[in-house]
Amino acid sequence: MTELLRIDGLRLSRGGREVLKGIALQVERGQFVALMGLSGSGKSTALRATVALDCFQAGRIEVDGFVLKPGPVPPESRLAPLRRKAGIVFQAHALFEHLTSLENVVLAPVRVLGQPVGQARDRAMGLLDSLGVAGRAGARPGELSGGEAQRVAIARALAMDPPLLLMDEPTAALDPARRGSLGETLQGLSGEGRGLLVATHDTDFARDFADRVVILADGVVAEEGSPSLLRHPSNPATKALLDHRASPPSS
Amino acid sequence: MKVTLSRGPFFRFALWALLAGSSARAAAAEPAPTPSFLRWGGDAEGGAPFVEADPNDPAKVRGFDVEVAQAIARGLGREPRFVQVAFSSIDASAARGDFDIGMSGVEDTPARREMLSVTLPYFEFREVLTVRAADRERYRGLEGLRGRRVGTLGATIAYEVLLANRGRFGYQPVSYDDDVHPYTDLAEGRLDAVLLDNIIAARSVRRVPGLAILPGIVATGRYVGVLSKENAALRDRIDGILAEAMRDGTLERIYRKWGIWDDSQGIFFRKALSARAPGAAPADATRPSGGAAIRYLPSLLRAAGITLLLSCVAMALAVLLGIGIAGGRIYGGFLLRSALTGYVELVRGTPVLLQLFVLYYGLSAIVRLPAFVAALLGLGLNYAAYESEIYRGALEAVPRVQLEAARTLGLSEWLILRLVRGPQAFRLALAPMTNDFVALLKDSSLVSVITVVELTKQTAIFATNIGSWVVPGALCAAIYLAMSLPLSRLARRLEKRWSAGP
Repeated sequence: MTELLRIDGLRLSRGGREVLKGIALQVERGQFVALMGLSGSGKSTALRATVALDCFQAGRIEVDGFVLKPGPVPPESRLAPLRRKAGIVFQAHALFEHLTSLENVVLAPVRVLGQPVGQARDRAMGLLDSLGVAGRAGARPGELSGGEAQRVAIARALAMDPPLLLMDEPTAALDPARRGSLGETLQGLSGEGRGLLVATHDTDFARDFADRVVILADGVVAEEGSPSLLRHPSNPATKALLDHRASPPSS
Repeated sequence: MKVTLSRGPFFRFALWALLAGSSARAAAAEPAPTPSFLRWGGDAEGGAPFVEADPNDPAKVRGFDVEVAQAIARGLGREPRFVQVAFSSIDASAARGDFDIGMSGVEDTPARREMLSVTLPYFEFREVLTVRAADRERYRGLEGLRGRRVGTLGATIAYEVLLANRGRFGYQPVSYDDDVHPYTDLAEGRLDAVLLDNIIAARSVRRVPGLAILPGIVATGRYVGVLSKENAALRDRIDGILAEAMRDGTLERIYRKWGIWDDSQGIFFRKALSARAPGAAPADATRPSGGAAIRYLPSLLRAAGITLLLSCVAMALAVLLGIGIAGGRIYGGFLLRSALTGYVELVRGTPVLLQLFVLYYGLSAIVRLPAFVAALLGLGLNYAAYESEIYRGALEAVPRVQLEAARTLGLSEWLILRLVRGPQAFRLALAPMTNDFVALLKDSSLVSVITVVELTKQTAIFATNIGSWVVPGALCAAIYLAMSLPLSRLARRLEKRWSAGP
């Protein structure tokens, strides 16, 4: 089976407002899917539900055979298989402020997977190197630029070697040049056979690097297909998204 | 000598600090005396037979001191007017002229003679030992009390006697802020003996069952009236009146009425009259002379050691408990959270002084804590509430998204607390914790109310002893600063370091 993530009929309310009104989407191995929409369209919410940080009211989420059902978030002990299958990079990168870049990356492999420290460090250095931030291994998050922090956060997620990687607005803090190199990095990851679900409202980024785009509007999937649909928008939601790109991004 | 219910050392220090050097101004500050009245100061909390509120008319006072004052007023052709003053403040108030003469069991000491005009002694008392009735045959005097705890009222001749003979007899002197609790503690087994004036001992044995007074006399002392230095002329007139009252039997009648007359008083009167120029010092056992307070430095440093030890151990207890409380309030279920919140609010909403009293005296029927342990527990339990709030705030200040990131990496809640949340919260908590430790260092002076002699108490004892707060106060302040300033600096540095980012 090549399907890594399958979301069906996902409904999710928060604070009395229905944020997701029954969405469906799939991510396959080796596929880079851009989840698009204006701010507040529910992109981040869908990602959080997928890694069981938020509960949902109806529908089903299956990550590489692990099924999440409506109702309260299961206790962390029951989520161990999910944690191995899906990694996430938050928009605010969420690095552990008291640890260096290298320590951030090494923490989970050593503590959760029980890898020997030496081996975990070698792998971590390899990851940081491949993301172009090996030189910042000894720096703490406060000393990193936005782009560097982003890369360290990616390395941290990849260190657990999850088949599915979720990212929330990865280009928000990047200048155009770095955006391009991030896009290539992500393409490389999907080339390794990983599935990527990247929430973004950056239409240029999605058009240039994604394999598929899914456009959310008002809590439903307004349109989905190949990135080329961003070139010839027909759906009003897609048009609105394109019209909006001139204005500065906000989360 | 009498009961004062715990005026803290701070209170006393404040009074004395205000007073220091004010005796020179006292004459100017003194309101114009009303010739028709004799304003005399005493503490009605002292109780019978000294001064107490009249049960038939609580607006009035009665007692042998009251009647001596009346006799003096009669002799002066004035009407007596009572001024209520806290016992520990009688000297200070007399010096600044709040009243003409202070007298309610005021002892004749060299320090008083240096600071004030002191009248002819009008009563000789005996320092006697009280023990539990069962021990009556066991102890003969101070010499039998090696290794035992002997209590008394602080800043008195009795306490000086205990201190002076500690080396010789090897007992442990315990100082109280009032003269009631030594006897209740004796009955409960916290003390093995109490040394105090025979009048107080007799009264206490009537009040507290199971106690007995030993026949021996450890020392003698005398009660005097105190006036400001500037009031020496009035003092001389009063001396004449007192001498006459000794001769004509007025004093004897008063003392008989209050049940404190015995033959030794007659002998004392004759001695006092034959040597009208008093000068003679009070207690036979000790003669604390004034002079360089620097001699007290070693004892002050030892007391500072107690303060430091008490603060460190209490803080360690507060930190451990505080972590537990904070953890319980963040991770615990509803019941635990409510209980801990209740504890924190209760402790923060009531005075630590009250908590110390309850721990030491209030609980003594159930569990009889040694004073030092009660002090440790009191301060530790109190500060635990404050520490827990610091930790809770610090734990909640760690960004939620980091905790979520840790969860998605597969770390358990416990590992997240240990590796991600705890270490960052600790850094945030360090500076406020250090500040709290400085506060605890100073708050530790409160434990003197439950008989622990730490730096402030020791200073108060010496200050009373030499009749001045200037040098002991300065020394004490210097020692506190030597302990707290480095800590304050450390706190500031930690604050700068961590607020600037890791």
